[in-house]
Amino acid sequence: MNPTRTPWWRNRRLLPWLVQAAVGLIVLVLVAFLLGNLVRNLANAGLLLTWSWLGNPSGFEISETVIPFDASMPYWRALMAGLMNTLRVVIFGLIGATLLGVVVGTASFSSNGLLRFLSRIYVELIRNIPLLLQLVFWYFVVFLSLPNGAAALQVPGVVLAKSGLYLSWFDSALQWQLPLLENGVWQAPLRISVEFAALLCGLVIYSGAFIAEVVRGGIASVPKGQWEAAISLGFSPLLTLRRIVLPQALRVIVPGLNSQYISLAKNSSLAVACGFTDLYSVSETTLNQTGRAIEVMLILLASYLVIDLVISALMNGLNGLVQLRER
Amino acid sequence: MVLLRRLATAISLLGAVILAGCAGDGSDVQSQKMAAIKARGSLLCGTDGKLPGFSYVGSDGRYAGLDVDTCRAVAAAMLGDGEKVQFRDLNPSERFAALSSGEVDLLARNTTMTLSRDAAGGNGLSFAPTTFYDGQGVMAPSASGIRELKDLAGKPVCVPSGTTSELNLADRMREKSIAFTPLKFQTLDQMWTAYFSGRCAAVSTDRSQMAAYRSILPQPALHTLLPVVMSKEPLTVSTINADPAWADAVRWIVNGLIQAEELGITKANLEAKLAAAKADPSQAELRRFLGVEGEFGRQLALPADFVVQAVRAVGNYGEIFERNLGQSSKLKLDRGMNRLWTQGGLIYSPPFR
Repeated sequence: MNPTRTPWWRNRRLLPWLVQAAVGLIVLVLVAFLLGNLVRNLANAGLLLTWSWLGNPSGFEISETVIPFDASMPYWRALMAGLMNTLRVVIFGLIGATLLGVVVGTASFSSNGLLRFLSRIYVELIRNIPLLLQLVFWYFVVFLSLPNGAAALQVPGVVLAKSGLYLSWFDSALQWQLPLLENGVWQAPLRISVEFAALLCGLVIYSGAFIAEVVRGGIASVPKGQWEAAISLGFSPLLTLRRIVLPQALRVIVPGLNSQYISLAKNSSLAVACGFTDLYSVSETTLNQTGRAIEVMLILLASYLVIDLVISALMNGLNGLVQLRER
Repeated sequence: MVLLRRLATAISLLGAVILAGCAGDGSDVQSQKMAAIKARGSLLCGTDGKLPGFSYVGSDGRYAGLDVDTCRAVAAAMLGDGEKVQFRDLNPSERFAALSSGEVDLLARNTTMTLSRDAAGGNGLSFAPTTFYDGQGVMAPSASGIRELKDLAGKPVCVPSGTTSELNLADRMREKSIAFTPLKFQTLDQMWTAYFSGRCAAVSTDRSQMAAYRSILPQPALHTLLPVVMSKEPLTVSTINADPAWADAVRWIVNGLIQAEELGITKANLEAKLAAAKADPSQAELRRFLGVEGEFGRQLALPADFVVQAVRAVGNYGEIFERNLGQSSKLKLDRGMNRLWTQGGLIYSPPFR
């Protein structure tokens, strides 16, 4: 007797493949339909995606830039300058928030009651107030109440005024240059605008509170026996923390930090609340001038996505380094 | 959060565009927008909401201002009731997306008419007649000694972000090669707070707007409006390009307010004029204008008496100006360029023929 061949509709290997192919096809057709519809409607409305406008002169100024920029340069250069400003705030923000978070997080395990209390107060106060409000507070209430001109706060070499923080540095002729008051306006080789300072302060203090909690959770995850064993071996508390507890806590801390870092990068788009010209602010002006809403939004979305993916990738690499190597 | 809100607008725009084709093509040739407004029973009007004289919420909780009254006139002309308006406060950078996504039917938000905003390849708006001729100026504290543009060299200047003010100032300063620092703010409140707290040496935006803000200060004399006028800012009502019938309706309702002033028809004497027009067949022009005879309303897909309804709700253009910006308002602006053409101004309605 010939072994009867299994009919295809009962073939265990073929069927799942067929089902998947069918589902895949449906999804593909749906996406193609929506995309086709989008393109057709955009074309009808005269809004088909074009990118040639990126090369047109922008015509607007940006108050502080990392790369040279003026109004005669094209839009792509303006967006690039905005992106650089965003990156500047994100990088300094990440460093500052990490330092602050680690200090506050470890302080909540201090044997000093006042320190423990203060670190709790800070965390509870900051993380329960919306970031936007905090930024508005830092900018309008704190930094804009600084005195201006000759009345500015001065220490030798450093001037803090309403218009910014001015620092001594070498000028173009490599001469050590102190901040100078010229015609009612301070001039110095290094200047940090109050807009940047307010944004950085707000982001660092806000994200610092969340990072402090992540650090606290990480340290709390290390069994108490580890502390006691270290101390019984004669380690000082600081040494215990550095050599015994933190290396073990890092395994818990790093994955948690990743999401905090990503939120910090995204939150930097609130810069517009305190007058700092970041990528979002430049995009807004660009959008208004060119009317290319969809293109500008795509650039904006892609930029933040890339920044966050890069942060994620770096943190995943770091995570791989601190995890237990099991044999 | 700002990003999120912007994202929501963009997604709704994208969604509207994606799904628009699904609605089918058997649409009314007249105007989808007007059909939607009539079905909804109210007009969605995009305004600033925080600008005294143009659109703001008064102490009685009601919206008031020139832009607000324009919206009310359109609602009255279409729906017979000037109160059937829902106002949406929009910031400068939201306004065009809100209009093109259909979140508002009409934009009466002190918006300057420009080529790129009008063109289909730009923002793709359709502009009605200008309701206020303005110009961009500069305001600085009187004690600062700033008297002209070159005094701003090296100094920070507050401007609203994403507006023509930002670009005009950059252009003028570039022409004169004066280096300055623009500080851009998304909302006018933020910009004015920064200016009043002394962060900026000066502020630059439409002159009427600066006069309006100065008027609500405890000591207006502490701030000086510089004589320089650096741009033309015709503030104009706009709709989207895609619906010409709706744009025509808005255009002629606004023209109706202007024509009413020219013909001396006011809120007070409207009923008398109407009765006179009805009684006297020889007053052909007035009869056509007030919809007693002729088919102006039908041609625009509006009620025959749309001008009567609009004037009954808010008065003629001159009355609207007087009430919100003129001598009977807090702003006490001179009518200047905004006088009727018959009195040497620029306000002019094409004939109702």
